[in-house]
Amino acid sequence: MSIPLEKASTLVAAGDVRNRDWYIDKLFHSFMFICGISAVIFVLGIFVFVFKEGSGFIIHQLDWAEFFLSPKWRPTSAIQASYGTLAMVAGTAAVTLISMAVALPFSFGAAIFIAEFARGKTREWLKVVIELLAAIPSVVWGFIGLMIMNPLIIDIFDVPIGLNVLNSGIILGLMAAPIITSIAEDAFKAVPDTYREAAEALGATKWQVIYKVVLPAAKNGLLSAALLGVGRAFGETMAVLMASGHALTIPGSVFDSIRALTATIAAELGETPVGSDHYQALFAIGIFLFSITFIINMTADLIVRGIKNQ
Amino acid sequence: MNQTATHTSTRFQAEPINLKNIQVQKLFMILFGLMAAVLVIPVILIIFTLLQKGGSAISWEFLTTFPSNGMTAGGILPALLGTVWLVAISLLASVPLGVAAAIYLSEYAPQDHWLTRVINLATINLAGVPSIVHALFGLGAFVAFFHLGTSILAASLTLAVMTLPVVIVASWESLQSVPFAFREACWNMGATRWQTIWHVVLPNALTGILTGIILQVSRAAGETAPIMFTGAAFFLPFLPSSVMDQTMALALHLFTISTQVPGVPEQIPFGVALVLFGIVLIINTCSIWLRMYLRSKKKW
Repeated sequence: MSIPLEKASTLVAAGDVRNRDWYIDKLFHSFMFICGISAVIFVLGIFVFVFKEGSGFIIHQLDWAEFFLSPKWRPTSAIQASYGTLAMVAGTAAVTLISMAVALPFSFGAAIFIAEFARGKTREWLKVVIELLAAIPSVVWGFIGLMIMNPLIIDIFDVPIGLNVLNSGIILGLMAAPIITSIAEDAFKAVPDTYREAAEALGATKWQVIYKVVLPAAKNGLLSAALLGVGRAFGETMAVLMASGHALTIPGSVFDSIRALTATIAAELGETPVGSDHYQALFAIGIFLFSITFIINMTADLIVRGIKNQ
Repeated sequence: MNQTATHTSTRFQAEPINLKNIQVQKLFMILFGLMAAVLVIPVILIIFTLLQKGGSAISWEFLTTFPSNGMTAGGILPALLGTVWLVAISLLASVPLGVAAAIYLSEYAPQDHWLTRVINLATINLAGVPSIVHALFGLGAFVAFFHLGTSILAASLTLAVMTLPVVIVASWESLQSVPFAFREACWNMGATRWQTIWHVVLPNALTGILTGIILQVSRAAGETAPIMFTGAAFFLPFLPSSVMDQTMALALHLFTISTQVPGVPEQIPFGVALVLFGIVLIINTCSIWLRMYLRSKKKW
């Protein structure tokens, strides 16, 4: 086997000398590639391992209708154990809804202010403080819900328990707000300045520019910001465990205590024997959580990619 | 002179509709400013409340003694040291991996290739996986499958997987901010890709990468769910002696004493929350300061 003359000449022309440096370069290239695909390996790994632990339950035990439609989660009942997640799904949904009602207006408002109105130092400081809001650990948020928001809600609304949908919704809203703000701000920044200049040249005020030009142009980015916020609120564990009251009911009002899907795993996993039905059922909830966030993230990415392709 | 005179005489006169528009604009600016303020106020309130209620608990003794009386008195030494252990080992695992992954994505990966897109999607998804699912993964993979047991190592690796996207994204951004011309200049001198990366790209991106690592520390220090079942314990009367031991952790300790243990005097959990938030706050301030310093130093 000899190298075809044509190829050999191009190799020489390109200065392809296979010396030590060349091999070092190849070595590092391979190493970086292996590290590069680590994220893919871990995502697959998460799916495989969580599925592996939960699969026995899903294949042999799981009654799909019961899992999704029954509000009765009685995994430890000796007579008839039942594994219905409806109440938890409803609880998670209620908290996520309230958190978005809190987070979306303020995040979008703050993003508009930072991207379009604020200048210089104000802008810098706002961004720094909102970053700090994102840095507060979820267990500290939960603690605030427990110790500060709880008595506050009892006092203001005159209800017996302050650990409820409202409490955890506000907490999760504040937790999701920095992420939504920062992605929404990116979406505003991605709108070309020429759009704004064209509108301003026609005599539009800043608000008219924002309302008529910037907002429509950034709407996909805002949608994906909202989706990622939902994903964040939906998957939050410690804060919602501590601030929601952890009661297995389908909420009828914002003052009802609920139990979230994530919180159920966190509260019960430590006390279940490894490999038991209960243990596997908790992993089944994990698969459910993983699938939902996977779909949310993929959709958000598709929407963002849609913008880039336009 | 004449020109100026004409110019002033036909000056633009604001009509009622213009005045109204300007007022509407001002109104919205104030509205959005207030909305931004709503996000700022909780930070200030939280810092203030934690300082006020937990400040009295903080003392040298609080930081350097063991909890006593069933965790209703005493200090937080094992939790504090445990958090340092967990963060340090998770750093050892995630920083080399994350930075290398970022180098691959930024320097080697072909643009618009399906694999590059898959890697990007995986990174986004890894960042979006709920923390409790990371805990399930850590339990299934590190604790059970790799037989690490509930140990510092298993918990740290779980944290490392969880914070990997933070390192990858921050390092990638900082590598991308090194101008492409630097690389071209280097390649033209006959340097290989790796020589270019090692001698030119990495030194210029180092501070930015450091910012990402600092953020990872702050994230890892505050996480509770991923370490709950993989290596952190509610209470241990001794300090861990190896990475195969269990450990206490600050975040889990806060959860334990505020929900699981009755009769804890109020200032102790507030003190723990203050220490935890204080650590995160200091780390983040360092990161922000570093970023501002970097921006002022930038020569291109």
